[in-house]
Amino acid sequence: MIALSDYLILGAILFALSVAGIFLNRKNVIILLMSIELMLLAVNLNFIAFSHYMNDLAGQVFVFFILTVAAAESAIGLAIIIVLFRRRQTINIQDLDSLKG
Amino acid sequence: MVEDMKLVYLAIPLVCLFAALVAGLFGRQIGRAGAHTITVAAVATACALSVYVYLDVMAGNTFNGTVYVWGISDNFPFEIGFLIDSLTATMMVIVTFVSLMVHIYTIGYMHDDPGYQRFFSYISMFTFAMLMLVMSNNFLQLFFGWEAVGLISYLLIGFWYTRDTAIYANMKAFLVNRVGDLGFLVGIAAIYATFGTLDYHAVFASVPEVLEQTIEIIPGSDWSIITFICIMLFIGAMGKSAQVPLHVWLPDSMEGPTPISALIHAATMVTAGIFMVARMSPLFEFSETALSVVMIIGAITAFFMALLALVQNDIKRVVAYSTLSQLGYMTVGLGASGYAASIFHLGTHAFFKALLFLAAGSVIIAMHHEQDMRKMGGLRKFLPWTYITVVIGSLALAGIPPFAGFFSKDLIIESVAHSELFGSGVAYAAVLSGVVLTAFYSFRLVFMTFHGRPRMDKHTLQHVKESPMVVLLPLMLLAIPSMIAGAMFIQPMAFSEYFTGVILVLPQHDVIGQIAEHYHDKSSLEVAFGFMLHGMMQPPFWLAAFGIFLAWLFYIRKPELPVKVSTALAPIYTLLLNKYYIDDFNQKVFANGTVGIGRLLSKYGDTVFIDGWLVNGTAKTVGYFSKVLRPLQSGLVNQYAFAMIIGLLVLMTWFLSVN
Amino acid sequence: MQHTAKAGAHYGHTTMTFEQLAFYFLASVAVIAAGLVITVRNPVRAAMFLILTFFTVAVIWLLLEAEFLAIVLVLVYVGAVMVLFLFVVMMLDIDTDQLREGFAEYLPIGATVAVIILLQLAIIFSSGPFDLEQMPAPAAAAADYGNTHQLGLLLYTYYVYPFELAAVLLLLAMVAAISLGLRGRSSSKRQDPAQQVRVRKQDRLRVVKMNAEKQD
Repeated sequence: MIALSDYLILGAILFALSVAGIFLNRKNVIILLMSIELMLLAVNLNFIAFSHYMNDLAGQVFVFFILTVAAAESAIGLAIIIVLFRRRQTINIQDLDSLKG
Repeated sequence: MVEDMKLVYLAIPLVCLFAALVAGLFGRQIGRAGAHTITVAAVATACALSVYVYLDVMAGNTFNGTVYVWGISDNFPFEIGFLIDSLTATMMVIVTFVSLMVHIYTIGYMHDDPGYQRFFSYISMFTFAMLMLVMSNNFLQLFFGWEAVGLISYLLIGFWYTRDTAIYANMKAFLVNRVGDLGFLVGIAAIYATFGTLDYHAVFASVPEVLEQTIEIIPGSDWSIITFICIMLFIGAMGKSAQVPLHVWLPDSMEGPTPISALIHAATMVTAGIFMVARMSPLFEFSETALSVVMIIGAITAFFMALLALVQNDIKRVVAYSTLSQLGYMTVGLGASGYAASIFHLGTHAFFKALLFLAAGSVIIAMHHEQDMRKMGGLRKFLPWTYITVVIGSLALAGIPPFAGFFSKDLIIESVAHSELFGSGVAYAAVLSGVVLTAFYSFRLVFMTFHGRPRMDKHTLQHVKESPMVVLLPLMLLAIPSMIAGAMFIQPMAFSEYFTGVILVLPQHDVIGQIAEHYHDKSSLEVAFGFMLHGMMQPPFWLAAFGIFLAWLFYIRKPELPVKVSTALAPIYTLLLNKYYIDDFNQKVFANGTVGIGRLLSKYGDTVFIDGWLVNGTAKTVGYFSKVLRPLQSGLVNQYAFAMIIGLLVLMTWFLSVN
Repeated sequence: MQHTAKAGAHYGHTTMTFEQLAFYFLASVAVIAAGLVITVRNPVRAAMFLILTFFTVAVIWLLLEAEFLAIVLVLVYVGAVMVLFLFVVMMLDIDTDQLREGFAEYLPIGATVAVIILLQLAIIFSSGPFDLEQMPAPAAAAADYGNTHQLGLLLYTYYVYPFELAAVLLLLAMVAAISLGLRGRSSSKRQDPAQQVRVRKQDRLRVVKMNAEKQD
C-alpha cells in the first residue's frame, strides 16, 4: 500500500520545483504562470490525498473550486499578457516597473 | 385672577418686542411716522401696564412662577419665568417711564436721521430686554436680559456706524462688558454647581446650607463659596454698571445719540448691576468680604469719577462722568447693605439723569451739534425751558432739598455712616467729598452753558432757538419726578415694609433700620419733612451748598480762577484730563498686549507649531519614512513573489522550530 | 521504505504491489517533467512538459479514487487551459534568450530555497502522523461506488451556493478576458461618451451671416 506521506512528499517536491521555477524564470511571465499552475497542482494533490485517506469528499469539492479559480486566473492572466505585449512589445518582467515607488 | 395677571406680565415685555420687530423689519413699509407711532404706543402700553402691576403689587399681589418652559436638558429646565415683587415693579415703572420719555423725545431729536426706524426698533428692543432682565425669576433669563441689553447698547453706541469714534467706542464697550460678563457667567455657573438650580427663590432658600462650604481658587487658600459667587456676580455688575476699573466704556459710549445716553447709559441699563446686586441681597448679606469689596469699589468709583467730571468740557461727558460717580454711590449703598437706599437712588437718579441727558441733548440741538461747553454760555435767555429743567436736574443731582436726589443720596451717605463693615470709613470719606464734587461739576455745567456771555460764533448765536415741544415735553415730565419723587417715596421705600421679603438685610447690617428708628410711626409727609430738616443739619447738605458756591465763584464771579487753579495744580490737572491714564494703560497693556500675544501665537503657535510641526511635520515624517521604505516597492512582480516565498520559508522554519 | 514493507508483510506480500509500482513510476515522471517545465529554454516545450505533468498527476488522482477530478484535470487543464497557454506562447513573438538572462545567476538561491522548503516539508510529512499506521489506507471502494455521483450529491446540495458562485466567477473571467483582449474595430459605429461630453459649440454649430432677403 502507498502511505499518505508518499503522496504528500510528491506534492512537496512539485511545490518546491515550482518555487524554484519562480526564482529561475524571473523574466518570463508565461513560465511564471506555469509555475503557479504547478504549485496549484501540488496543493490539489495534497487535498485529494487527504480526502482519500480521511474518507471525506469535502477535499475534492475544494479541489473542484480551486480548479475553477485557477482556470479563471490563467485565462485572465494570459489575456493581460496579450494586452501587455500589444502595448510594450515585451513580457519581460524587469521592464514592467511602472508602479515603482 | 393670577392667570389674568400672568397675561399682563407677559404683555408688558412682549408689546415692546412686537413693536421693535415691526419697526425693525418693516420700517420701510410703515415709514417714519409708523415706526414712532407703533413703538411709542407699545411703550406707553407697557408703561401703563407697569403702573397697573405696580399698584397691584402694592396691594399685596406678588407673583413668582414659570411662564414657559423652553427646554429641559438632563433634568435641568430652561425656563422663562417672572418674579414680580416690589423691586421688580419699581424697576418696571422706572424703565418703562424713562423709556417712554426717551421715545417721545427721540421723535424730535432724531428727526432728520436716516436711521430713524432702526433707532426706534433698537430702543423698543432695549425696553423689552431690560424688562426681561428685571422681571426674571431665574439666573438664566437674567443672563439673557443682561446680554441682550449689552448687545443693544453695543448697537446703539455704534448707531452712527460711519464714524470711526463710534465704532471704536462700541467695540470698547462690548469688550469691557465681556470682561464683566465672564465674571457674571462664572458666578452663575458657581451657583448652579453649588445649588443645583438657577431659580432665585430656590437658591436663596438654600443659602444657609452652604454657608460653611469653601472653594479653593488658588491652591492653598479656601474661599467661602458664597463670597466667591458674590464677587463673581459683582464683577458682572462692575462691567454693566461701569465701576472702576471696568468703567472705561461708559464715557466713550456718549458717541451714541443722546436719547440712548439718557435711556441706556444713565437711567436703566447701567443700573442693571445695582438692581442685580439688590436682587441677590440674600446672597451678598452672607458674605461680609463681598460687601466690603462692593463698598470699596463703589467708593473709588464715586470719588475718582467725580473728580474727572470737573475737567471735562464736553457737556455730555460731564453728565457721563457724573453718572459713573452716581453709580458709585449706589454701589457704596449696596456695600453698606443699604439696598433700599441704592434702589431708591437708582430710581431718582434715573429721572434726573435722564432729564439732564435729554436737556443736554436739547442744548446740543440748539447749538447745531456743538458739545463743547467752552463754546456755549448765556443760553438761559434762548432756552428758558431747557434751562429750568437743567437747573432742576442739577439741584437734584447735587442733593439740595427738597429735590429727589437729596433724599436718596443722603440716605446712602447715612447708611454708609452707620455701616460697620471693613472699608466703611474710607467709603464714608469718599462719598462725603464726592458731594462737593457733584455739586461743583453739576453747577459748573449750568454756569458754563447757560450763564455768562455767549462764547459761540455769530452764526450759531443767531440760530439758537428753543427745542420743539416733543423734546420739551419729556423734559418737563421728567422734571416732575426729579423734584418730588424723593420726598414722595422716601418713607414707603426706605422706612416701610416695602422691600420686606424681597431684599434681605441681616440684623447686624441693618443700617437703614437704624436710620428708620428716628422716623417710626410717622406719615410719609412727616418723614419727608423730618428727613429734610435732619439733612439740613448734616454735613452733606452744607458740602453740596459749598460745592455750588465754589462753582459760582469759579465760573461766574471770577472766571479767571479755573485757569489759575489748573496751572497751579498742573500735574493733577493733566492726570485728570488723561482720565488717570487708564485708557492708555488699557490700550497699551491689554489691547496691544492682546495683539502682541495674538501675533506671537500666530507666528509661533500657528505658523511654527501647528502649520510647521503638526501639519507639515506630519507630512514630512511620513515623507521621510516613505523615502526609506520606497526602494522596497520596486514595481517588479517577481521581487514581490520572492518576498512572499522568503516569508513563507521563515514562517515554516519558525513553526517547525516551535513544535 | 520500511513502513511500506511492513504494510506489505501485513497483507502477505513481500514485493511491491502494482499500485505501488504505478505510483512510483508516475511520481518520477511527474517530478522529472515538472523539473523540465522550469528549466527548458523554449516556452512551447515547457508547456508540453506541463501537460505531461498534469497527465501523470491525473493518473495518480485515479489511484486516489478521485476519478471525476482526474478527468476534469485532463479535460479542462490539458484540453483548455494548456491549449490557451500554447496559443499565447505561439502568438507572441518572444525573444526567449533575453528572457532567460540571469537564469544561472539565480540557480543557486532558487535551488537553495526550494531544497530548504522541500526538506522542511519532508521532515514534517515523514515524521509519523502520515504513515500507514497512523493513517491507514482506506479499503478500496465497492464496484458500484461512483465518485462523480457522490461529488455531485455534495456539490448540488451542501455546496450549491459556492458552486453557483464559481459559475459566476467563470463568467466574469470570460467577460474580463474578452474585454481585455478585444480590439475595437475601426469600422464599428459605437459611441464614445467621453467625446460626446467633450464636444463644444463650435464643433457642431456654425453661424452663417446672410443678408436678409428683400421682400418684393
